[in-house]
Amino acid sequence: MAQAVATLETAQGAGHAGHDDHGHAEHPPTSMGVDSRKIAMWVFLASDCMFFGALIATYLIYRGRAEEMVRAGQGTGPLPFEILDIPYTSVSAGVLLMSSLTMVFALAAVQKGDTRGTRIWLLATSLLGSIFVGGQFFEFTEFHHEGLGLTTNIFGSSFYTLTGFHGAHVTIGIVMLLTLLVMSLRGNVNKRDAMNVEIVGLYWHFVDIVWIVIFTLVYLIPYEKVEETKTEVEGALRLLGLV
Amino acid sequence: MAHAIGQAGHAEDHAEHGHPDERVYIKIAGILAVITAVEVAIYYFDMSRSLLVTLLIIFSIIKFVTVVGYFMHLKFDDRRLTWIFLAGLFMAFAVFIALDVIHKSHKLDYAQDILAVEEHAEAAE
Repeated sequence: MAQAVATLETAQGAGHAGHDDHGHAEHPPTSMGVDSRKIAMWVFLASDCMFFGALIATYLIYRGRAEEMVRAGQGTGPLPFEILDIPYTSVSAGVLLMSSLTMVFALAAVQKGDTRGTRIWLLATSLLGSIFVGGQFFEFTEFHHEGLGLTTNIFGSSFYTLTGFHGAHVTIGIVMLLTLLVMSLRGNVNKRDAMNVEIVGLYWHFVDIVWIVIFTLVYLIPYEKVEETKTEVEGALRLLGLV
Repeated sequence: MAHAIGQAGHAEDHAEHGHPDERVYIKIAGILAVITAVEVAIYYFDMSRSLLVTLLIIFSIIKFVTVVGYFMHLKFDDRRLTWIFLAGLFMAFAVFIALDVIHKSHKLDYAQDILAVEEHAEAAE
């Protein structure tokens, strides 16, 4: 009887160890029954939702203001309709989307214990992220050459703040990915460490979904085309709908 | 019998964690790329602004939910993680609504200020 119980306990232990095939921690002894690191990352992402929510909300309430100022003869361009490059940004949106796919492959590789695959996909994700950030950097410098600075007009302020913070988030994500890559090269990322790759993956997918929102609200939703006004009063009368 | 229990536990764990195949992820990425291409294409179509904005928002929501559900694995994970994320989203949306309502009450500041300054200047003359 005792031997049967011992055999049963060993089999159950083997069954539990079998859960590790996908690199998941088997029933962690936490109060929630879910790995604490995963809960921590989700709570952080919920707070980051609010961070980007505030920036996006600010951008949206100021949408159209720069155009109003120019029509009132008070503001200066460049305005969004003159400067935003949709085809260019579409490519960078596609790049970030593909980086989410490579991130999924990296997680799948580490969960299968495929060390080489893990490194390849982590590197691929970092490279695609770097291409995105490089593209943002190029876009910002182009805009600056065309006369749009952080303090040029309300569009410049809200645009650079929102997309700049997003770019900073992507950069931090790249640092995390490269850290994982270095750890992997040192033999410190194995199947049992899959949770570390998973939580970095969660962060990475989050910056991707933020860009999905930004791309639509900032770039794709059309802007008003504005012609210049001659005097401030004429601009004010136009604003009031009297002309 | 002990082996069968282990196997059942293992199978139960598969069901509990629920992993789509890698090919599913490739299909999902393909669909997301197609939706992005459609979004960019309709930007150039001649259609009413409200229709365009509605379509763009619908496509964005589809992409958003797909990435969160599949790539972030939320569809297959503990429901409490979904509630945690939705709480953040809800509060972000509430902030946007509040800002929008407050801001709309000051729509024509600039125009009225300019006219007031002009009137003052004329009166002073």
